[in-house]
Amino acid sequence: MSRYLLIESRDPFESNGFALRCELAAALVADGAEVAVFLVENGVLAARRTADLGELAQLARLRVPVLADEFALRERGITADELATNVKSASLDALVTELGNGAKALWN
Amino acid sequence: MPKTLAVLMMDAPYEQTRTTTAFRLLDAALRNGYGVRVFAYEGAVSLPLTLQKAHPNAIHGRNAEEEAHPTPHVWVSALMHLAQTKGLMFDWVNCGLCVDERGVTDVVPGVRRGSPADFWKMVAESDNAVVIPTR
Repeated sequence: MSRYLLIESRDPFESNGFALRCELAAALVADGAEVAVFLVENGVLAARRTADLGELAQLARLRVPVLADEFALRERGITADELATNVKSASLDALVTELGNGAKALWN
Repeated sequence: MPKTLAVLMMDAPYEQTRTTTAFRLLDAALRNGYGVRVFAYEGAVSLPLTLQKAHPNAIHGRNAEEEAHPTPHVWVSALMHLAQTKGLMFDWVNCGLCVDERGVTDVVPGVRRGSPADFWKMVAESDNAVVIPTR
């Protein structure tokens, strides 16, 4: 089974990149692939519970793990208790592990 | 034998946050025991340019030492040193045409000149690859 790692760096309120990534994630899951999303830089703004993004809820329904770069979260003053329930804070070590395990990475 | 990751970078220094993220990724890969191959394309060939200079910050009244302004060529050297101490591969190839266009000739020792074909070889010889595109 193919495994994909979608790395999203863009602010979801500034570009439709995040929505397109989620659409891609849904298509890959429908195709039988395993998918994980890793939010970096301004992409972590999507991780806030109060952002109330439908796309994030869709990822939760699809059981797509969503990780957010802990460094980017700290830079932006976003604390763990502000994260949406299906988002976990993670270091880039987790990204390295995914790559090491052969996930096909798409960086946006 | 340690696994190896190939990474393609495109952004010039001091332009995008993703340069910092990319360097953090390279650092994390080495600290987790992975060898690293980097192909620097377009503006990223200036990352190992040794002519970069730290500068003071007159607005905040700090001298160059106090400001500790980061220079990417120092990060490249630090990653090379880290790889060496851990006995891991760290290969950095600058795209030759991109170098010529920008006149980036004074680079960190160990940085090689190559072509996009080298990135193809890097991908073929590595366990995985990631392209970090410019915005």
